[in-house]
Amino acid sequence: MMVTLNKDVMSIVKEQDVIPFRNRIKEYATKIGMGLVNQTKLITAASELVRNMLKYANGGKVYIEVVSKGRENGIRLSFEDKGPGIPDINLALKDGYSTGKSLGLGLPGTKRLVSEFNIASEVGKGTTVTVVKWKNG
Amino acid sequence: MEKIPILRMGKFLLVTIQVDLYDRLAEALEADLVQMVKKTGAQGVLIDISAVSIIDSFMGRIIGNIATMSKILDAETVVVGMQPAVAITLVELGLPLKGVHSSLNVERGMELLRTKINLSEGQSDDDGYAE
Amino acid sequence: MKNESIKVFQKKKKQILETWMKLQLADESLREDLMSNEELRGQSEELISILVDNLNDSNIDDPRHSDFDSVVDILSGISISRARQGFSPRETGTFVFSLKDALLNTMQQELKDPQELFLQSLKISKLIDSFGVTTFETFIKGREEVILRQTDEIAEISTPVIRVWDGILALPIIGTLDSARTQVVMENLLQEIVESGSSIAILDISGVPAVDSLVAQHLIKTVSATRLMGAECIISGIRPEIAQTVVHLGIDLTNIITKFTLASALRTAFNMLHLQVVKKQKQTIAD
Repeated sequence: MMVTLNKDVMSIVKEQDVIPFRNRIKEYATKIGMGLVNQTKLITAASELVRNMLKYANGGKVYIEVVSKGRENGIRLSFEDKGPGIPDINLALKDGYSTGKSLGLGLPGTKRLVSEFNIASEVGKGTTVTVVKWKNG
Repeated sequence: MEKIPILRMGKFLLVTIQVDLYDRLAEALEADLVQMVKKTGAQGVLIDISAVSIIDSFMGRIIGNIATMSKILDAETVVVGMQPAVAITLVELGLPLKGVHSSLNVERGMELLRTKINLSEGQSDDDGYAE
Repeated sequence: MKNESIKVFQKKKKQILETWMKLQLADESLREDLMSNEELRGQSEELISILVDNLNDSNIDDPRHSDFDSVVDILSGISISRARQGFSPRETGTFVFSLKDALLNTMQQELKDPQELFLQSLKISKLIDSFGVTTFETFIKGREEVILRQTDEIAEISTPVIRVWDGILALPIIGTLDSARTQVVMENLLQEIVESGSSIAILDISGVPAVDSLVAQHLIKTVSATRLMGAECIISGIRPEIAQTVVHLGIDLTNIITKFTLASALRTAFNMLHLQVVKKQKQTIAD
């Protein structure tokens, strides 16, 4: 069972919000003693997701949580936007697929960087992406 | 607006990235650098990223663009001093930075550029061992 | 009505301890090699007095009652330390369950009404059984901690990075490569490349039992990461069977420098660094 120990929310509406957001995640990750490589993976994943949110939905909210499951601590990030939504999630998760002008490794690449990855989307309503990175995972 | 300084060192240009780049700054760097290559006729570009802790696909694309554009203008690009954690993350992300050469530090990067330039000159002038 | 059995326990604390000690010492599984009798007596006495002092009418049916927190703490401490000392689960279990025998024994002597004796015995049994389960839970947790620590140690030990020459590192991999291990290997290797300023790393996989597509993928990732740093990576120790499976699985290793032995990998590395190994001229000593 996953327990939330600490919760924080940031709203991301412009490109300049990205760097303070990354720094905030770094603070939390350092606090729970996450190693440098896992920190880098988590922040890079967060950076990809927040960029998607800005590009496709003009921003949104991110919840940052410190979670624990058994003996493992970790960080959970939930990216919530009210954008156009993703019509075919499976297609979006395929390597090499992209509708924007990025390299097309956004979602699948991001998924490889984190321990848990979840996406829920409704066309016309918005998208929520939730990722968890365990301290040692 | 902030700017990333571009230093000229003989035939090479050196860029040291010391701050976290937000998108517009990175795009400005790309444009400035390509302009500088053209203006100075530089044969090589060194990008020192030893102080960069995060490279995501956007930053990766900017670096790739710089390399490709410089190549068209006849200059080689070397990325120097990548942090281990960044390298591991890029590989996991699936971003191999194609067309970009890497080096451990600026000194090695310059050596690498020199051999690359000598090699290409060697092909035309048959003078591969000048120096 | 004050519970008879609790009164009895408070009065007969000493006797219960004696009975319990006798039961424990009589048990065949007693581990005098791991714990002295005095130490055992100390633990037992502490547990009994804490248990009897906290036991009352309202909590006897509820082993999770907060009154028992101190009892559970002591039990957990005992079973964790026993797990680390290498006691078996049976030996640890016997410690708690023989207390039940001692308590029931005393009740049998003191309580006259059979109906009451039965009811009270049932209650005490349930309570101690629950404590027994707690003991097992913490015992297993103690063991898991030992295992986790050993896993960490193995991961550390099994990925040594060796400086074989100025500018050349070697990393012999022994055992299977999974994704967690690959990350440790990569981290150690890349860190050492930065620290030593080495430009060539040799990954020797003679000690890897089998290479499937997943392992190959991990190797390719390690090579890619090394190249991103600006160093070259050679894979050595590829046995014929491995070459065969790699080809059969359709894994493309053509972009990677592969060598049969560590020696030939080292020779390649020397070549790349423009180094030459020359045999010394034999000196003839004039007599």
